[in-house]
Amino acid sequence: MIDLSHFLILAALLFMIGVVGIFLNRKNIIILLMAIELMLLAVNMNFIAFSYYLGDLAGQIFVFFILTVAAAEAAIGLAIIIIVFRNNRTIDVEDINQLKG
Amino acid sequence: MTDLIPQLNLLLPEIFIAIMAMFILLVGLFIDDKNKHISYGLSQFTLLCAGLITASIGFSQPQFAFNDMFIFDSLALFLKMMSYITLSIVFIYSKKYLFDKNLLNGEYFSLSFFALLGVMLMISSKNLLLMYMGLELLSLSLYALIALNRDDKKSNEAAIKYFVLGALASGLLLYGMSMLYGFSGSLDLYTIGNVIQTQNINSEILVFGLVFIVVGIAFKLGAVPFQMWVPDVYEGSVTPITMMISTIPKFAAVAMLIRFLFQGLESLIVDWQQMLLIMAILSMVIGNITAIAQKKIKRMLAYSTISHIGFVLLGFYVGTISGVQASIFYLSTYIIMTLAVFGLVILLSSSTKSIELIDDLKGLSQTHPWEAFLMMIVMFSLAGIPPTIGFYAKFSILQVVVDKEVVWPAIVAVISALIGMYYYLRIIRYMYFEKPTKKINIKTHFPMLSILTINAGGLLVLGIFPKTLMSISALAVGGSL
Repeated sequence: MIDLSHFLILAALLFMIGVVGIFLNRKNIIILLMAIELMLLAVNMNFIAFSYYLGDLAGQIFVFFILTVAAAEAAIGLAIIIIVFRNNRTIDVEDINQLKG
Repeated sequence: MTDLIPQLNLLLPEIFIAIMAMFILLVGLFIDDKNKHISYGLSQFTLLCAGLITASIGFSQPQFAFNDMFIFDSLALFLKMMSYITLSIVFIYSKKYLFDKNLLNGEYFSLSFFALLGVMLMISSKNLLLMYMGLELLSLSLYALIALNRDDKKSNEAAIKYFVLGALASGLLLYGMSMLYGFSGSLDLYTIGNVIQTQNINSEILVFGLVFIVVGIAFKLGAVPFQMWVPDVYEGSVTPITMMISTIPKFAAVAMLIRFLFQGLESLIVDWQQMLLIMAILSMVIGNITAIAQKKIKRMLAYSTISHIGFVLLGFYVGTISGVQASIFYLSTYIIMTLAVFGLVILLSSSTKSIELIDDLKGLSQTHPWEAFLMMIVMFSLAGIPPTIGFYAKFSILQVVVDKEVVWPAIVAVISALIGMYYYLRIIRYMYFEKPTKKINIKTHFPMLSILTINAGGLLVLGIFPKTLMSISALAVGGSL
């Protein structure tokens, strides 16, 4: 029998993979975007599991909003990556290091 | 659903700002480079009208709309009015600078208004969903605003850094929200508060969710240890955008803090007080010490912002209404000071030569005595030297902390403020007692200089009569908590 805690553990694991992906990634910005997306999807899983077990629809409605915002976020992120590539001819995380102090 | 119209009345300012943001974007397409001031005039007109509409709602009791998702109380009224005034001053200061850099286009105004809309929604939200939507509207607009200067590598880098860390922070905040929802079964902040109070739910799990929420708020405020983005973003973006980032989102973050911690989760006060205390102390100490080592003005101001946020958090840490009142008062004075200091940096930077290093200010009093004098007032106020308003702001925070009979945070605050004095007063020494190294040659822009004079003079006048601002912020908080 699959109960709430299984969903929560899976969501927590996915969330951790996302967070670790942001901090460990030293190569490509696109992978950062994927890690961010993974975090948001883990949260979605949390919301849906809670919503199902509480018998309350609000959580599932929240998920729709998160999905929409995630799409907008990815669009803006990709747009920023494009201007970074235009100026630097690379999107390596290591090569973006002008601001220091 | 029968009484939709009175509910819509409460949202009129938001609806108006949304429509005008889109309208200004459209107008921007049809005007040529010489008539850029049309968008500027329209934007100022929009802010004026929004102020009038918000004032016409007035305040008596807190009013609710849309199934209690939206709240309009005295705090919302105060913070919204402050946001309008702040944005209006930001526009005044940025107009010439952005025009010279050819960035004064419809997108700038439109994105600023969308950011303002996000701030307004966050100020007025009583529901997790509305809070998240407001936060994202603010953040997404700011990502685009930071990247506004597309050909500048630094501004691109600032945008990508802010984007990644901002998305991480909103992810963490969302995770906390999902925990709160799961253990209370509601998205409404008041209901969540009631559920926590009445049913004795396992508080360890709630604290687990609370940590994520506090992290999200701290990131938006730029408090240590979530401050890594602040210096880079301040340095990388165009100065007017830096001015905007350092002012308007702070209103939203403080509103979010009050709505979450004081109106929703006040029964977990013992837990979040500790978190706020650690962040406040770290922000004040690390912010002030790191600022000393900075060579660039904007990076120095970034660390100074972090230390001021530490003071704001210290007032919230106390957890009483008088603590919140002191924090709101501190925030208001911080906003006035920040506007003045960035206004001066913009004024002293021309399109070709901009002031970047603190060394560039050497001997400013010989070439531009009036600007140097204004800068001196602002630096005194930031350092917290009487008779400027900055002194009373710090004083009121220290007072509420000492009233709580925990003295050591107050002592740490005073010591860190003393450390902070070093780098503020160093600027005054450079301006008055050193020989100029680099010729600053600016054509004085009189409308801007006069507004700046009022702004910096206001720091003195308010410092001599601090009661007005103090009682207004006390009234705003008292009516809603």
